[in-house]
Amino acid sequence: MTRPPHHGTKKPRQAGGAEPSGPAAAAARATAEILQDTLHSPRPGVVVDSPPGAGKSTLVVRAARELAAAGRPLMVVAQTNAQVDDLVLRLAEKDPALPVGRLHSSEAGSFDPALAELPEVRTSTKIADLAGMDVVVSTAAKWAYTKVDEPWRHAIVDEAYQMRSDALLSVAGLFERALFVGDPGQLDPFSVVGAEQWAGLSYDPSSSAVSTLLAHNPDLPQHRLPVSWRLPASAARLVSDAFYPFTRFRSGTEHGDRRLAFGVPGDGSGVDRVLDEAAESGWGLLELPARHTPRTDPEAVGAVAQVVRRLLDRGGAATSERGPDPEPLTADRIAVGTAHRDQAAAVRTALAGLGVTGVAVDTANRLQGREFDVTVVLHPLSGRPDATAFHLETGRLCVLASRHRHACVVVCRAGVAELLDEHPSTEPVRLGVTVKFPDGWEAHHAVLSHLAEHRVPWRG
Amino acid sequence: MPLIETLARMEAAAAGAARPLATVRHRHLSEHPLVFVPLTTSGEAGAPLGALVGTDREKPLLLAVPQPRDRDLRFAFLAELADAVLPYVDGFADGIEWEERKETDPETGKKVPVQVELCADAPQLIVPSGAGIEFVRLMGRSMRFRRTAEQDPETPYPAPPHVPLLGRWFTHFGERAQVPGSCLLLSMTGLLTRHWATGQSALEDQHLGALLSWIDPPPGVSGRAAAERAESARDAEGQLLCPPAGPATDPAFDNRLLAPAMARYDAALPGAHEELRRLVEGQLRPTWDAVWQGNDLLRALPPGARVADRWKRDRWSYTAHRDRVRAGEPPQPKRDDAVTAARKLSSREAAQTQLDAQEALDDPLVMAARRLAGEAFAGTVTGVGMAYSEGARPMPRPLVTLRTDDRPQLSEGAKVHRPLPGGKTQPAAFVAYDDPASGSLTVRLTGGMGRGKVPEPGSVPEPGEAVCWTLFEHAPRGGPERPEPEDTPWTHGGPPATEPSGDAPDPMTAEDFL
Repeated sequence: MTRPPHHGTKKPRQAGGAEPSGPAAAAARATAEILQDTLHSPRPGVVVDSPPGAGKSTLVVRAARELAAAGRPLMVVAQTNAQVDDLVLRLAEKDPALPVGRLHSSEAGSFDPALAELPEVRTSTKIADLAGMDVVVSTAAKWAYTKVDEPWRHAIVDEAYQMRSDALLSVAGLFERALFVGDPGQLDPFSVVGAEQWAGLSYDPSSSAVSTLLAHNPDLPQHRLPVSWRLPASAARLVSDAFYPFTRFRSGTEHGDRRLAFGVPGDGSGVDRVLDEAAESGWGLLELPARHTPRTDPEAVGAVAQVVRRLLDRGGAATSERGPDPEPLTADRIAVGTAHRDQAAAVRTALAGLGVTGVAVDTANRLQGREFDVTVVLHPLSGRPDATAFHLETGRLCVLASRHRHACVVVCRAGVAELLDEHPSTEPVRLGVTVKFPDGWEAHHAVLSHLAEHRVPWRG
Repeated sequence: MPLIETLARMEAAAAGAARPLATVRHRHLSEHPLVFVPLTTSGEAGAPLGALVGTDREKPLLLAVPQPRDRDLRFAFLAELADAVLPYVDGFADGIEWEERKETDPETGKKVPVQVELCADAPQLIVPSGAGIEFVRLMGRSMRFRRTAEQDPETPYPAPPHVPLLGRWFTHFGERAQVPGSCLLLSMTGLLTRHWATGQSALEDQHLGALLSWIDPPPGVSGRAAAERAESARDAEGQLLCPPAGPATDPAFDNRLLAPAMARYDAALPGAHEELRRLVEGQLRPTWDAVWQGNDLLRALPPGARVADRWKRDRWSYTAHRDRVRAGEPPQPKRDDAVTAARKLSSREAAQTQLDAQEALDDPLVMAARRLAGEAFAGTVTGVGMAYSEGARPMPRPLVTLRTDDRPQLSEGAKVHRPLPGGKTQPAAFVAYDDPASGSLTVRLTGGMGRGKVPEPGSVPEPGEAVCWTLFEHAPRGGPERPEPEDTPWTHGGPPATEPSGDAPDPMTAEDFL
């Protein structure tokens, strides 16, 4: 993604400080400008960058409703079936009388059965059955197989930074103008075969839809949402500094607005001390002794499982701006994030062994767009002898470090800083390809040095 | 790297000899491949120094450029190369068979079956190493836009006849080599590393001599020792005993032998031309023999069952390019347009998925790697319970319980697939682990049993039968159709410029051919 670095514009920002308007007003102003451009801009596209938890889905729902209310039917493109179902449910919740079509594939179980309960939502595999609906929502993959006589006048493309350029190529003929919404800091789309042949071309099919769009239409209006409502004040600063240094954002809440407390005092073990540290400061690093391990490092996986077990056992309670009373920290409010699927499988097995159920355990790719109170992260570089491009990818770490509302506990082997220093980025620089800042190496160092202040050794 | 390949490499390092990575041959090998061993001039991009080329291992054709910086001599080399390669490539054009294909009738718009030609066999080029493939692609790009005097009488430096045509074919071979599992253009190091693991790094595996030493060392020598000798042993004059597989040459050869010989040629000394040819052949011949030695090793492996199916796609590719050349279409453009790039990427991704699936199905050793990664599981059926689907017309959905020692990464409802003896695939859905400790789990068959109320005989496994289910599909379907290039949407810059002016050469370099 291209963004001119704003040299010299970095100004210190105290939470809730100089801006008289406050985060809610800033967010409302940004939203109003986005909707103005969406409805009235003469340009065919509008691009909105949204940091983690900045109300992207809320924006999509609101824009869809306003377009529909203005008598302009639209199509919505999301990337996964889960995202599509979530959008349809949110639309129906906000406006039960809005006719919404859910286009889905013919495979069994391709959409949420809960949609069938909604009176104004119609589901079908054929676009003809959904003619006349105000909003039609589907995945990019399904839209790519859809043919229409007359293109839609409006579209909303959700998670546009996770959409590949060639996927946009297949669906862009279906609409005349579109609102593109996404998070530039999350995982980039990827290809299972080499695509170096097209590197540097404006329409490189393996690049993100937004980079192609902006390469060909650099004058499109671009906006960003300035406030993260999910991330607590303790995390917004770090995530913004490490992953969005040129497009900073702030948290919607202040230090002290959110509180995590345990009913059972800690027993002095490393696990309990890291939980206390995370409850207190929002971050905790449980550090295991340095060692080269296989990906499914049994000791680290065991540590992750024990952290989750103790989180539940100690009767965690989370207080937030949403209500005056603390809410119990239940299993469905906790997630474990890993880099690889076999690591997630190993953590699931370990959790089952400790009798824990209902905790989401998944890779960064699959946790994208989700939100929890507390996350436990197995560090992507823990125990590795090398730091490959996959493990250094900025988006992977960003996803893992930005899913939580209260606290994040990272489990890692010692020595990652040294590992990073031994493995500077060696990816070839290609002509015509915009270099992405910050690179994963730098972001990893930024996060590590912050975590070092919240370090608790595993034993002792 | 899959865990099992890491293990094979460690075993090879410990034993000092290569370990197999496959029990069958996963690539098609032609009865009569064209082996092409090129050398390039150091410091001059796209300036060939010489080549051995041919289909007869005893009688390679030697082509050498005595002074690679002389463009007339370079053209003469390319003309000779075209004369050697094109008859081989064209030799497969007329042996055809008929295939039925569905095409859209332009009048009715319906899909109708039509008979189309498919070449019964196709050419196969084998180069020594991955750098050789890149060299073929580069030569293709440097030749295909040249104009012959016949094509354009005004052209200031006409290319010899056939050179642009060779460029188009080399470009096609180079592009096709990017498709996973394709076999029109192969590198011997790529073929050998697919089938054997050595105890050296992947970079060192690019040295054909060293790689062969690990796999097939001389009698009485360990693979490791033979590889070290191949890589570094030099004679009394400081020349490598085993020259690199090219196209790059050894600097000691360049400095001590080649440069003085070229100086003698430039000075028009008698015998200098012959001496140069002898020098170039001396560098090429060991590699030529090594390529054929590798060919022998690979041919000793039985071909995988689905190799012919993939080769058929290569034949389609060859036939299609033959048709484009015959129809007088212009050479491949310098850069792909947005639609072509997207089409190529998705077809290569589909080819990669298909290759991964087919290699696993063809080869228990490859399947073992997938099982180890949790992507497949093999076991013995312990029980079959009959069940039916709900609905107006209940269909058989038997529950099959099996015991496995594998640890697949299964979540509830996950789809699994099993090859049936007839070549078809049976789908099923994971139900639950009955007893995780003993590896007992249940799947529900969801298809592959015919259309009747009673499953077809043999389509439901029996207790005691050994079965292998995969979590990956066996014949992944391709992606959606892309728009036509003239319908490229505004997000991708609109339709590409059709005027030649849209693709004008770089104004700073008049000769923008690369």
